[in-house]
Amino acid sequence: MPDLLDLRGLSCPQPVVESRNMIKKISSGDSFHVLVDTGTSRDNVKRIAVKEGCDVAIEEGGSGGEQEFLLIITMR
Amino acid sequence: MNVLKKLKGFFATRYGIIFVGLSIGIFASLLQKLGNPGNMGICVACFERDIAGALGFHRAAPVQYIRPEIIGFVFGALLAALIFKEFKPRAGSAPVIRFMLGFFAMVGALVFLGCPWRAIIRLGGGDGNAIFGILGLVFGVGIGTYFIRNGYSLGRNHKSHSAVGSVLPLVMLGLLLLLIIKPVLSSGAVFFSKEGPGSMHAGILIAIIIAIVIGFLAQRTRFCTMGAVRDVLMINDWHLMTGVLSMLVGVFIMNAIFGQLNFGFVGQPVAHTNQLLNFGGMVLSGLSFALAGGCPGRQLFLSGEGDGDAAVFVFGMIVGAAFAHNFTTAGTPYPDNPANWGWGPAAIIAGLIFCAVIGFTMKERVFGEGVVQHA
Repeated sequence: MPDLLDLRGLSCPQPVVESRNMIKKISSGDSFHVLVDTGTSRDNVKRIAVKEGCDVAIEEGGSGGEQEFLLIITMR
Repeated sequence: MNVLKKLKGFFATRYGIIFVGLSIGIFASLLQKLGNPGNMGICVACFERDIAGALGFHRAAPVQYIRPEIIGFVFGALLAALIFKEFKPRAGSAPVIRFMLGFFAMVGALVFLGCPWRAIIRLGGGDGNAIFGILGLVFGVGIGTYFIRNGYSLGRNHKSHSAVGSVLPLVMLGLLLLLIIKPVLSSGAVFFSKEGPGSMHAGILIAIIIAIVIGFLAQRTRFCTMGAVRDVLMINDWHLMTGVLSMLVGVFIMNAIFGQLNFGFVGQPVAHTNQLLNFGGMVLSGLSFALAGGCPGRQLFLSGEGDGDAAVFVFGMIVGAAFAHNFTTAGTPYPDNPANWGWGPAAIIAGLIFCAVIGFTMKERVFGEGVVQHA
């Protein structure tokens, strides 16, 4: 199991800042997971991860107010 | 469903944010053409201030009107959030701090006479004083990014009941009813300006339709003027800034077409030429927005998607507007002698002290135990 950053409930820009800090620590082939609960955080974290040279896969869980997103971030 | 997915993808792209920025700029210029005050096609701070006046929270007669644009922004964001299944009632991330940040954000914005949106609109109309406001905004957001880098956090919010997410949309519905019915109570409320900026407005129907469209588009793209500056300064990400610059282009082109361009510093509509206070007001405002995680427009859109903390920020702004006019901190044509500048400078200093205290003291170790879960 890779590391999991639980960034649910944190407002902009913390999810991006924390994810980016993690990306800076990993090397090629490493991956980690990020758990967020808004579409904004999902889009922002994905954008910054791709920009920093990572591949991002997203799994959606729950619906409506319970919706959560698991981002699997892998350094290329 | 496929159309929704395609739309969703488009709004997340660079073309999406450019399209939305241009649209907001064009609509802002159009609203001015249709009757809104000069270089004030859209101004979230000014319009919330006008609402505070209409309700009698302050008695500055020239700035009292229930602005349908504010109502439409919340409705548009709510609509987008419902359609795209992003309506998520949530609250509980230091609401009282967010209230005070909203309060001081408004106090600072009203010294400059405009929110970041209006700063862009003023610049796009040729008002050179806006340059100093924008420099202040960048400086204030810069201070905010310093705090964020060093661990500043208001903490997590929590999922909540639908009622929490419905408060601001319902308040907006109430305001819409007051605007349409225009009741006159023995106190004199609801107050509507007979002259001055508050008396200048586009038709209710067209204004609310345009605002709903903007609210919808902005919710989809997460359009945020403060976020634009912050992302560039902090992580060299120009996504949101592309949208903000597109907005400036949109305003400028439409103003040129409508003959609304007027280059200069003196005699600009609803503006003053004290550059120290233009700068200082927006430093406070920018810092407050950065610490609260969104510009005033963004706070309305977040409220529309169920964020109760953002709604508290909005209420803080409305109370801040009432304070600003009751205590004469709002911008005026300042006399040369600083002794006659009123309470504005003192309010800015008080606000900066407040922001510094919470910036230095409100830290939360997100990477603390139990957050990073190792294998």
